[in-house]
Amino acid sequence: MKVSILQFPGTNCDYDTQYAFEKLGAQTEIIWHKSETIPADTDLLVVAGGFSYGDYLRSGAIAKFSPVMKAVSAYASNGGKVLGICNGFQVLTEAGLLPGALKRNDGLHFISKHHMLKVENNDNNFLKKLDNGDLVNIPIAHHDGNYFIDQDGLKELYANKQVLLTYCDEKGSVKNPNGSVDSIAGVCNKEKNVFGLMPHPERAMELVLGSDDGLKMLQGFLES
Amino acid sequence: MKAIVNVSLKAGVLDSQGKAVHHALDSLHFEGVKDVRVGKQIVLQLDETDKDKAMQEVTKMCEEILANTVIEDYEIELV
Repeated sequence: MKVSILQFPGTNCDYDTQYAFEKLGAQTEIIWHKSETIPADTDLLVVAGGFSYGDYLRSGAIAKFSPVMKAVSAYASNGGKVLGICNGFQVLTEAGLLPGALKRNDGLHFISKHHMLKVENNDNNFLKKLDNGDLVNIPIAHHDGNYFIDQDGLKELYANKQVLLTYCDEKGSVKNPNGSVDSIAGVCNKEKNVFGLMPHPERAMELVLGSDDGLKMLQGFLES
Repeated sequence: MKAIVNVSLKAGVLDSQGKAVHHALDSLHFEGVKDVRVGKQIVLQLDETDKDKAMQEVTKMCEEILANTVIEDYEIELV
């Protein structure tokens, strides 16, 4: 299992992501954004979190024109698995690889804390180790995590089971930290090979740091 | 030629910053403000001298990068 992790100027979760996947037994490689190719043996491509290009213009807006992104689009359209975490999710929506957009949190504050998430659809490579309705405790750390999609797009997400995760409280009731439409925390594309979420599963790998729920989330990718 | 591009959230999209500014204006007793929308202005200095060509080019820039048309509208003014 080979996980390739993209690195833009301003990415800051690349090494956390590397640590997480190596802990799960994967081989990893960090790919600088100037690369025009991604390693041929890549089983999963991760667009890691951070502040690519300082979030200038809009989060993820400049990164989508990096040389490596053409290879990412080609990889995804050939059915390759892509995971965007936090800024990676923003990059994938900007690049049109995932539906919707992420705007400024409704409260206008940067939010950094652990948050409960509910699994909405496990019928995909990402969440197959979890059951629908399962709750996981995963850190969030974002300023622009307010997921927006128009009504038609939302209907399509539900019809195709593309809503992966929603924000909730300890009991699983809706609790929306940032104003996201229907409290959505993560989605996938129609073909279910491109995944994006604002929370950071790679930061929930050790109980001593508050939660290891990230293990069973990321494990899904390691088993075909 | 100069192109002034105004980018703002679409009408149906909640503008949290606009709402916060509206709130602040209320608390400063500025009355009669019905709505506030906060956007951004991007000013481009262009080599192009033909207005139509400039408009075409800047529209392309807006569609490709300057605005995210999923959530934002843009207006272009050439001066």
